[in-house]
Amino acid sequence: MGRRPMKEAALEDRVRLTEAQQKSRRRRSIAIALVLVALVVMFYVVTLVKLGPGVMERPL
Amino acid sequence: MSQVEFLEPAAEPAPITMAEPRDYFDLMKPRVMSLVIFTALTGMAVAPGYLNPILAAFGILAIAVGAGASGVLNMAYEGDIDAKMRRTASRPVPSGRIGAGEAQVFGLILAVFSVMVVGLVLNWLAAALLAFTIFFYAVVYTMWLKRFTAQNIVIGGAAGALPPLIGWVAVTGDVGLYPILLFLIILVWTPPHFWALALFVQEDYGRAGVPMLPNVAGETVTRRHIFAYSLILAPLGASPFLFGYAGPLFGGAAIVLGGLFVWLALGVLREREADRHHAARALFGYSIVYLFALFAVLILEVAVGPSLSQWAAAL
Repeated sequence: MGRRPMKEAALEDRVRLTEAQQKSRRRRSIAIALVLVALVVMFYVVTLVKLGPGVMERPL
Repeated sequence: MSQVEFLEPAAEPAPITMAEPRDYFDLMKPRVMSLVIFTALTGMAVAPGYLNPILAAFGILAIAVGAGASGVLNMAYEGDIDAKMRRTASRPVPSGRIGAGEAQVFGLILAVFSVMVVGLVLNWLAAALLAFTIFFYAVVYTMWLKRFTAQNIVIGGAAGALPPLIGWVAVTGDVGLYPILLFLIILVWTPPHFWALALFVQEDYGRAGVPMLPNVAGETVTRRHIFAYSLILAPLGASPFLFGYAGPLFGGAAIVLGGLFVWLALGVLREREADRHHAARALFGYSIVYLFALFAVLILEVAVGPSLSQWAAAL
């Protein structure tokens, strides 16, 4: 009696971001995602260019 | 004695960052990156041989990110200096939007990635040169030369002069005299460019304790140095033509552009303190135009070279 459940207390102790902080974090996350996608595309294209049309022609 | 007494007091939680993606981009010194892109592209364009345009584009991008990494590491280390100068006080680190440690990690990640990508996409000699450029700018120039000697940018300028060499090596896999001339042009261009700036922001440099030439040796000596360097730069700027690497279009442009550089440097030499550094400001602005124009003509000559030769032959 009178004691909060541990899970509820832990949730209340967490850092709460303000709306502005949440927005800036979201923008940073989107930027990181875009950079990662760009890197994947770049490595994919570079692999194709480096290996040329023979990329699929290899002994199994 | 209870166990609680042995516990350290809780550390202050790290401030929650409000940095925007734009702040991380600004850390990379986008204007310097644009110059690096342009000069590296020139090195690639004038190099003999073929490089797949897609690989060239990604390679240039990686070289630019490598230059950006140098900028980030520079800003991570120079937060104290930047905070004291009007020109740089609003940068992400001195304004507190990004922590110095965070910037350092960001810069190191960019450095490692850019060097790896240049190695994989172009070749490993180009990657080694990029790694050396980053090390030279971030460690030799930023951590040592800048706070130590008034000749900081004379030696440190080597870092900014290397991109055309990297571009050349990306295509040929080797170093030649022509890219070394391009390297020397930027190396000799750097001191008058920065000393012209240092003349009209010398109070800032003085406040920050950076030993720039006007603060250490005085304005008169700096003006003489600027003029002397412009006398070396003008013929050096035309050297690709004099050595037979570039054509008459470049030769003519280099002579006109170099002549104008010397003329503006002469204005700086004759300027008095009462003139409020008008000549120094003019030279600083023109020096950027000079380098862009000189390298643009080199690219133009490569692009229209065959048709130019046909036109000359028809005359």
